[in-house]
Amino acid sequence: MNNSVHPAASRPTARKWLAAAAGLAMTAGAISAASAQDTIKVGVLHSLSGTMAISETTLKDTVLFMIDEQNKKGGVLGKKLEAVVVDPASNWPLFAEKARELIAKDKVSVVFGCWTSVSRKSVLPVFKELNSILFYPVQYEGEESERNVFYTGAAPNQQAIPAVDYLMSKDGGDVKRWVLAGTDYVYPRTTNKILEAYLKSKGVKDEDIMVNYTPFGHADWQTIVSDIKKFGSAGKKTAVVSTINGDANVPFYKELGNQGIKATDIPVVAFSVGEEELAGLDTKPLVGHLAAWNYFQSVKDPANAKFIKDWQTFTKNPKRVTNDPMEATVIGFNMWVKAVEKAGTVDADKVIDTLPGIEAPNLTGGVSKMLPNHHITKPVLVGEIRGDGQLDVVWQTKGLVPGDAWTDYLPGSKDLEADWVTLKCGNYNTVTKKCGGSSS
Amino acid sequence: MPGVVINMRGLFDRIRLLLLFAVLIVAGDAATTSALAGPYEDALPGFTADSFSDTADSLDKIAGSGSDLAAPLLQALRDQRLQFSTAEKKVLIKTADGKLLDAATGQPFAGSPPADLSNVRLNNRLRNLLDAALGSLTMMAADPNKRYDAAQSVFKSRDAGALPALEKALAAEQNARVKAALLQARAAITIASAEAPAADKVAAIAVIRDRGDQDAMALLQIIPADAPAEVAAATADAKARIERNLALWGTVQNLWYGLSLGSVLLLAAIGLAITFGVMGVINMAHGEMVMLGAYTTFVVQEIIRTRYPGLFDYSLAIALPLAFIVAGAVGIAIERSVIRFLYGRPLETLLATWGISLVLQQAVRAAFGPTNKEVGNPSWMSGAFDLGGILITYNRLWIIVFTGIVFVALLGMLRFTRLGLEMRAVTQNRSMAAAVGIRTARIDALTFGLGSGIAGIAGVALSQIDNVSPNLGQGYIIDSFMVVVFGGVGNLWGTLVGALTLGIANKFLEPFAGAVLGKIAVLVFIILFIQKRPRGMFALKGRAIEA
Repeated sequence: MNNSVHPAASRPTARKWLAAAAGLAMTAGAISAASAQDTIKVGVLHSLSGTMAISETTLKDTVLFMIDEQNKKGGVLGKKLEAVVVDPASNWPLFAEKARELIAKDKVSVVFGCWTSVSRKSVLPVFKELNSILFYPVQYEGEESERNVFYTGAAPNQQAIPAVDYLMSKDGGDVKRWVLAGTDYVYPRTTNKILEAYLKSKGVKDEDIMVNYTPFGHADWQTIVSDIKKFGSAGKKTAVVSTINGDANVPFYKELGNQGIKATDIPVVAFSVGEEELAGLDTKPLVGHLAAWNYFQSVKDPANAKFIKDWQTFTKNPKRVTNDPMEATVIGFNMWVKAVEKAGTVDADKVIDTLPGIEAPNLTGGVSKMLPNHHITKPVLVGEIRGDGQLDVVWQTKGLVPGDAWTDYLPGSKDLEADWVTLKCGNYNTVTKKCGGSSS
Repeated sequence: MPGVVINMRGLFDRIRLLLLFAVLIVAGDAATTSALAGPYEDALPGFTADSFSDTADSLDKIAGSGSDLAAPLLQALRDQRLQFSTAEKKVLIKTADGKLLDAATGQPFAGSPPADLSNVRLNNRLRNLLDAALGSLTMMAADPNKRYDAAQSVFKSRDAGALPALEKALAAEQNARVKAALLQARAAITIASAEAPAADKVAAIAVIRDRGDQDAMALLQIIPADAPAEVAAATADAKARIERNLALWGTVQNLWYGLSLGSVLLLAAIGLAITFGVMGVINMAHGEMVMLGAYTTFVVQEIIRTRYPGLFDYSLAIALPLAFIVAGAVGIAIERSVIRFLYGRPLETLLATWGISLVLQQAVRAAFGPTNKEVGNPSWMSGAFDLGGILITYNRLWIIVFTGIVFVALLGMLRFTRLGLEMRAVTQNRSMAAAVGIRTARIDALTFGLGSGIAGIAGVALSQIDNVSPNLGQGYIIDSFMVVVFGGVGNLWGTLVGALTLGIANKFLEPFAGAVLGKIAVLVFIILFIQKRPRGMFALKGRAIEA
């Protein structure tokens, strides 16, 4: 028995220690060898090992690709860009350490990084203390606006709420009953809280909303899928809004297919499933299920076609897919380049002040703009899963939607406003007229 | 001369045949041309607009056109084989074998296909409309399964417009299963219609009550509360009966889910029961052996896909021995290079194997990339069938069967083979075994290889239900240790009972407590249980354990 106690007891320490060791080993080999004095250093803070490597590795490649393209055009301010890649190894405290290392030791001018909200929260104090710039490229739960962070992914009003609007429309199937299913962590919980408040404001009753959370990496979906089926047979059109995180999605969709839940009966709209996730799945049983994003690889636009071609050439893989967080990285990178050129310097304070108002084309044919709340304008697209693993746009917003840092549907946050241009504040309370008012 | 006569006759026959063909073709052409001017033809251009609402209009017109071409066209649209060209204003049907037909005439399309050909797009609203339309059009199809599906889609759409076709199909139907489905579809239309007399509705409710599933329950929900007294009474009675029925089957379903989860746990844990249970090595890299097995399956499927597509249904059978060999070989290598120096030092073994697990994960990530790999389900592993009131999915069923086979084979191996005998001897009393001439070092390596190899086969099975990524193994390691510790170290039967108990307990807790709380409850239960019985459910007794 003594033996059996050990794994449980020693696991966390062992894990932390080894992960740290792995991280150190990675950094030693990081691409910081070139020490030419006339370069601008760009930090890349994405996990290359551990659970999040599945999603974040692609973003590291995207930043390297953008730097390569920019250097071909002659760099920025006449200087070449140089990437400094570190591996925070999906370990949240390590994110903060690596961020400090990038800013203090490697003296990077800007950092592109983070995927999970917890990793972003972990590096925030570092960016504030050392006054640097972070571009965060992933859709998230909102309720935040920081001076040092620029959010190029979608806020809830740029993904979740339009998707629900679509499902409530005639084309979306006139949905009256809702299953909010998510993985048990901050993004799904906050998003579902916002969605619940929004649905109730639209007259949906309590008994028509079912909320369900599952642990990370949940693999046995039999009970939950049959519960969804039961919930969906109450005589009203039902849909599932899924904030299920990456790895758990494959068994979830496999179970849906096996239990014969078709998109025509109970459509599932997902906020974390894109081309990359679908690459590990046979999508034929899933045709018609939906995903809401601000970009799809299938969007027919010359800028997108060129981007996909260059990307596949760069990665030397003609099948390499593109996805939404990649587009957000691209927009963020281009905005930073424009801001640096306009400011004429890479000085953090000057670039932060220049960025609001900067425009950069997105890959779906529009021009995104950095707003004073450090979020950007984006189109919202709802796509349907096709048999070949791509997504087909079935609906999109007219024009671009400005990102809202503080949602209008939660009591704690609807009075808050973020404005770094005139108010110089990330959470200005419009009722008490004070900066730093209550935030939820 | 006779030969010539025969030849002449043959020639005449041929000419006659040719003439007949010509007449047939002309007649056929005439028939289609006469159909051209109808609503069917008018509706076709709607498909070229690439707009969902225009497609919906066209679909509606075509379904009501009465043309013989309507059903194949709608089927093509449903299967995403209907294509259009905006430039040439043409609508074409792509047949299952890749030929193009002109949708207007149903004849093969002459000439080169237009350059801007693309599929008519669908959304879920259109798919539902299509299913309803196809339902009334295919109710007379020759294939009973098609007729059954047609009846089911009418049951779902409850479209009163399908009633005449339904009555006609009912009169002609011979197949009992299809007939029952048709009757249920008619009952659904009756219940949904506002004009149907109360007596008819009561009869219809009886039909629906006997169907007794969730769809029946859904249908009964639409009956308004202010219905006539006898209808309301029949509805209440039917609802109560169906609810009782569903509750009963719900229990059976939970039991099945528990069994299925238990078999997955058992499969993942059974290799560990050997390395940890029998040898006492805390092998944190056990999950990575499972992962290696899953990646072996992926590689086998990739090779089959590119070279021998016909063998796809056998890919799992081919992957099994390979996964066993790959994982087993890696296991032996780990034992020989690391673990054998660490026997009797559990903490160091734990750390070392944890390190190995990270190395293996990162190696796979470097070799195959960090993203999920697609491992397909062979046809015999996809889909589901109804057994009474529960739905049994084939992949779960086969995994239960497979786990049973692996378990029995392993038990037999330990019991009846020489290697099994030596393994038991070494693990029970190492020095005595060495004294009677067993090469204990070799047995250690083989035992560890066996445990790892079995983890590899588990990976083949798990690739069918979970995602194949470098993190695959991590998800199973904790559960596996839990099962082995709970069941009793050193005892395969304990592992079996432990896995099934945890699986079933989890599945009965989940509906009440939710997945997160359910998992916590099970963990707390195990902690309390091992406080009480530190050696698990089936502890080995006697001197053997001291070895």
